[in-house]
Amino acid sequence: MKLTVWTYEGPPHVGAMRVATGMKGLHYVLHAPQGDTYADLLFTMIERRDHRPPVTYTTFQARDLGADTADLFKDACRDAWERFRPEAIIVGASCTAELIQDDPGGMAAALDLPIPVIPLDLPSYQRKENFGADETFLQIVRHLAKPMARTERISCNIIGPTGLGFRHRDDVEELTGLLFELGVAVNVVAPLGASPSDVARLGAAHFNVLLYPETGEGACRWMQRELGLPFTKTVPIGVSATRDFIREVNGLTEMDASPDEGRLRLPWYSRSVDSTYLTGKRVFIFGDGTHAAAAARIASEEMGFAVVGLGCYNREFARPIRALAKSMGLEALVTDDYLEVEAAIQEAQPELILGTQMERHIGKRLGIPCAVISAPVHVQDFPARRSPQVGFEGANVIFDTWVHPLVMGLEEHLLHMFRDDFEFRDEAGPSHHGGHAPRAMDAAPEPEPALAAAVNDNVTWLADAEKELRKIPFFVRGKARRNTEKFAVERGVSAISVETLYEAKAHYAR
Amino acid sequence: MNRPFTLSDAPAKGCREAPVLKERGQREVFCGLTGIIWLHRKMQDAFFLVVGSRTCAHLLQSAAGVMIFAEPRFGTAILEEKDLAGLADAHDELDREVERLLARRPDIRRLFLVGSCPSEVIKLDLSRAAERLTRKYAPHVAVLNYSGSGIETTFTQGEDACLESMVPVLPESPERQLLLVGALPDVVEDQALSLLSALGIETVRVLPSRRADAPLAVGEGTVFALTQPFLGETAAALERRGARRIDAPFPFGEEGTTLWLRAVAAEFGVSEERFEAVTAAPRARARLAVAAAAETLEGRSIFFFPDSQLEIPLARFLTRECGMRAIEIGAPYIHKGLVGPDLDLIEEGPLLSEGQDVDKQLDRARAARADLTVCGLGLANPLEAEGLATKWAIELVFTPVHFYEQAGDLAALFARPLRRREMLKALAPATGEAAG
Ligand code: SF4
Repeated sequence: MKLTVWTYEGPPHVGAMRVATGMKGLHYVLHAPQGDTYADLLFTMIERRDHRPPVTYTTFQARDLGADTADLFKDACRDAWERFRPEAIIVGASCTAELIQDDPGGMAAALDLPIPVIPLDLPSYQRKENFGADETFLQIVRHLAKPMARTERISCNIIGPTGLGFRHRDDVEELTGLLFELGVAVNVVAPLGASPSDVARLGAAHFNVLLYPETGEGACRWMQRELGLPFTKTVPIGVSATRDFIREVNGLTEMDASPDEGRLRLPWYSRSVDSTYLTGKRVFIFGDGTHAAAAARIASEEMGFAVVGLGCYNREFARPIRALAKSMGLEALVTDDYLEVEAAIQEAQPELILGTQMERHIGKRLGIPCAVISAPVHVQDFPARRSPQVGFEGANVIFDTWVHPLVMGLEEHLLHMFRDDFEFRDEAGPSHHGGHAPRAMDAAPEPEPALAAAVNDNVTWLADAEKELRKIPFFVRGKARRNTEKFAVERGVSAISVETLYEAKAHYAR
Repeated sequence: MNRPFTLSDAPAKGCREAPVLKERGQREVFCGLTGIIWLHRKMQDAFFLVVGSRTCAHLLQSAAGVMIFAEPRFGTAILEEKDLAGLADAHDELDREVERLLARRPDIRRLFLVGSCPSEVIKLDLSRAAERLTRKYAPHVAVLNYSGSGIETTFTQGEDACLESMVPVLPESPERQLLLVGALPDVVEDQALSLLSALGIETVRVLPSRRADAPLAVGEGTVFALTQPFLGETAAALERRGARRIDAPFPFGEEGTTLWLRAVAAEFGVSEERFEAVTAAPRARARLAVAAAAETLEGRSIFFFPDSQLEIPLARFLTRECGMRAIEIGAPYIHKGLVGPDLDLIEEGPLLSEGQDVDKQLDRARAARADLTVCGLGLANPLEAEGLATKWAIELVFTPVHFYEQAGDLAALFARPLRRREMLKALAPATGEAAG
């Protein structure tokens, strides 16, 4: 038993729903109680889908238990076939149905429906949403994909995008364009937008592009083994990763295509003197393994940030994230407990968080700006405009998204110079955010007491030093306080004066 | 005095005896855990610990709309593989989680262990756990349990189960008092209390109380009035403790509020003059406010999917005070003992349905093409895409809608989607169907 308040991932059957809802012509019969139908709203509200997810829930009740939950399932399955006429059906159990052990797969098979019926075995008490999506898509592919003649023109499949994915819609579009420039046609995109008959012709491609390992790796490995389709290992998020990806694809196609970089702006924007203020900005990165790893590389090599924290919530990616963190001199944070993430962020005192919606809220609370880089998604993660993460346009979008929450270069200086100007209060946050600036400083229940009561019990702040500390702009104040206290403790100073503050500043100057 | 609550202009034939279409197919409704979202805001020293699965945690998070509070007063103890293997283990694990929680949150005075489908199916006895933990943490913390599981409860029934769990442990008191039953937003509760005190009713208490130390007791002298129509089990539990229920329509809209107050006033022997003096001004205000929104609603048709259990009283309000025409009134279940007075006031005609078979009901809704369809969040956008205007039902339990001062807001909630449609008509797809 583990106490959980907010979760990064839903249960595995929600992952299966992401596959089913992303696809066309597929229906999911889920043995589950009525409350589990809440999952529909994830798609209809967060993603603003204009149709119901193709899911029939059996909605068994207590009075059905023991007596006729199995009949209920069979009826639901038959009704779903008759009403929706899907090309294939996937069947499975939610956490509660797993306990009553009705064997949806067996019961559905006994109905002898004239379409493929694919049973799912998703252990609800061990695994989570990403696993559910990956495993569901693997099972669909195993049941439907067959070896077949390759397309004449060189082509690939794009594997991994699902319903409710972080920017999946726009990534697919961007990537399709990039592949076109590389001379590669897209055979099938799946699961998103694919029908079971599309899945059946996956084998016609020459290779797979594994866009999101979280939800597509199982299927790609199977297709490599059974259909002889190699798959790409680089996820093209960021400038260097996109260039690596292009090299990798050229290797597979034995071509030497070089797409036009004319609309790629990140490199110049980042080198432009205006961006000097970004140098060494301390960033904390947390998300799913793929997006966190991509962000770490962009942050350090393309934005000139200092990565002070790196982690992911999906344990399946613990190993690569640990290795990457180690190479950056960090210890990776692999956890799905947001309280641990919050504590780590508080400890690291970054100037910017690159995280999920969870970290955005953590950032609000701590008064640290945050840009969202990964699922779990929120309605805001489905912007009306095109907003990909992959490819060259993705890099441009990322530059804008990450810089937006920050106080800009000159403004930062002005805040230092005129910190007592009543209209220029630093708590107001970046001026380009207008009235919607992070209100953390006045909205938080106890904004300043943290100042008076030193974080460290062994030191106290003298009144003058405390006043001086308040003059430091809010976005570096936390770090200044922590550093000063650490400095004081190391030197056995128990009362922090203005001198201690500036000695510490000199000591930690970078 | 003891004037019956019915008005002279009640319809010749209401809906109380109308046939009910009973459905037992797929439901598209939340489970009772959802009530925690508003109950934990209402009871400021209570913590709701769901013993369940990742699904339960995800439901709470999704229903809360990912509103992340510093640390909400609810959480889910997620059962893991090892808890399912042996039960003794699960109790130890629960004790450990509770100990950690209470150590971290000394402000918690009431702890609800909330059962879920998985805990019910594995027969994890939470009442035994609650007794054991109460012994351990009394008197500082009272530990209670109830089930919000989807196999037993529908959406707002979770609140019923929660309030019901508090009744048996209330102290006994013969005192003559009025008990208001139902979790209302504080602002609404305060309005109700001030109306009742203006009527001269001296001792009025509220279940659930905002804080654990509120003086709450029950006994032969207690009469109670429900403010929500989904509290049948709580009402039965109070009756078992000797309390008596005041029967009335629910306090939505000017008429509903007046009839509800009048029934209470009759019970306490309030004079007609005093009743008029206290209610005349707010009644006039409410009528005025409702009239503004009713302009948009007048003559429009409405179709209710079963959801919050407020459907019947709301249909009464919308048909009688806003001039709407109900086509179908669906409710997860119909407790005639409680909503009978509201049914009496709804003129016969609309189809009453209980339970659900969502695909069949969608067929009916598509055929009816009502001007406004009230439904859950899972159905709203898909129906909008088919050209139907919708009102999400969940807003009705999250928004202050009871009593006089909110009557206009309640009507406006229904008018807004229609007004918005009118404003955006330039955007409507030519065919009336969604562009996709
Ligand atoms: S229906 Fe049951 S399993 Fe699903 S969220 Fe509600 S209590 Fe949990």
